[in-house]
Amino acid sequence: MDLEAEFERTVAAEHRVEPRDWMPDGYRKTLVRQIAQHAHSEIIGMQPEGNWISRAPSLRRKAILLAKVQDEAGHGLYLYAATETLGADRGLLTENLISGRQKYSSIFNYPTLSYADVGTIGWLVDGAAICNQVPLCRTSYGPYARAMIRICKEESFHQRQGYELLMTMMSGTDAQRAMVQESVDRFWWPSLMMFGPPDAESANTEQSMKWRIKRNTNDELRQKFVDMTVPQAEKLGVTLPDPLLKWNPERGHHDFGQPDWDEFWQVVGGNGPANAQRVAHRRKAHEDGEWVRAAAAAHAAKRTRTKESAA
Amino acid sequence: MSSSWPLWEVFVRGKRGLNHVHVGSLHAPDAEMALRNARDVYTRRNEGVSIWVVPAEAITASSPDEKDPFFAPSGDKVYRHPTFYAIPEDVPHL
Ligand SMILES: [Fe+2]
Ligand SMILES: [Fe+2]
Repeated sequence: MDLEAEFERTVAAEHRVEPRDWMPDGYRKTLVRQIAQHAHSEIIGMQPEGNWISRAPSLRRKAILLAKVQDEAGHGLYLYAATETLGADRGLLTENLISGRQKYSSIFNYPTLSYADVGTIGWLVDGAAICNQVPLCRTSYGPYARAMIRICKEESFHQRQGYELLMTMMSGTDAQRAMVQESVDRFWWPSLMMFGPPDAESANTEQSMKWRIKRNTNDELRQKFVDMTVPQAEKLGVTLPDPLLKWNPERGHHDFGQPDWDEFWQVVGGNGPANAQRVAHRRKAHEDGEWVRAAAAAHAAKRTRTKESAA
Repeated sequence: MSSSWPLWEVFVRGKRGLNHVHVGSLHAPDAEMALRNARDVYTRRNEGVSIWVVPAEAITASSPDEKDPFFAPSGDKVYRHPTFYAIPEDVPHL
């Protein structure tokens, strides 16, 4: 039996590839890289919003924010678990993250300067993440697709709480409205960058689409996000900071400007406003937790010995 | 260097009357911690009424590569299915 042909047939028929199936090396490597980057993004993504938990303006907002940040931790864990079904080593992935060898989404390298950013992140950043993630519920690798289904169910709460927060601020004082607009101005372009470089410059897209790991191109998803977001912005009463943004009746879509791709590559390359801080924080949390991991392992080993000698 | 904890597979019963279903895996130092972590990772929204955790290394699996021969015994026994039997249309309740 030709294993490669069997694999191609499975993927082409929209069947899922499962962990113990034969798969091409490149497919496995691409998946481990993509899922690990995705997991790292969820984990690092806790930091910008976590920054505001202790300063949330009410107990209600604090409870919501805590729940949201805890969800992001969960998302990271679902995804790390999916990489392990491909033979990846969890400790090594953490090492790759805190040594800067592996990347995470560029969006989390922007700081959260005002409390309105919590709302904007929920609305725009989680909104963009949902656009990216919904098609991944049909990605060809079974454990990844199942993790994405679980994640997508939880993301809708994230986006709605953000939008509601912004609506509340928009119905407040002029100063609060200005705060929301300022926050949207800062996050609009970085949110568009979350879909990755334009298709013409996206090196991995073609092969990933063929393997059905990726289901839509970067530009398709970016367009979808813009079309979804424009009416939400109108309802909210904020202006999206793009002079080229306008409805194009012929295309049936909005035309819009391009993000500053030089800035994107700078941030991806480690030179964003908060790259160093994010990785240093994650590294410190990992190293500070070492004694806990060691103590729990020692305790478990001791209990196993006690049980064995009693038997 | 970092200490690593063993891998556990997690099974959740969504509600009474359903089987436990595999939902994913996690790392924990022992079974008790694995259960607590499983609750926090996999049932934050009432997704379960009961959780099993099993050391991943304790699971014996058939390999999909052996798919054809391994599941062959059930492949050629069409007489195990109700549709194998031709019954006249006018026989009721059968
Ligand atoms: Fe998430
Ligand atoms: Fe989220």
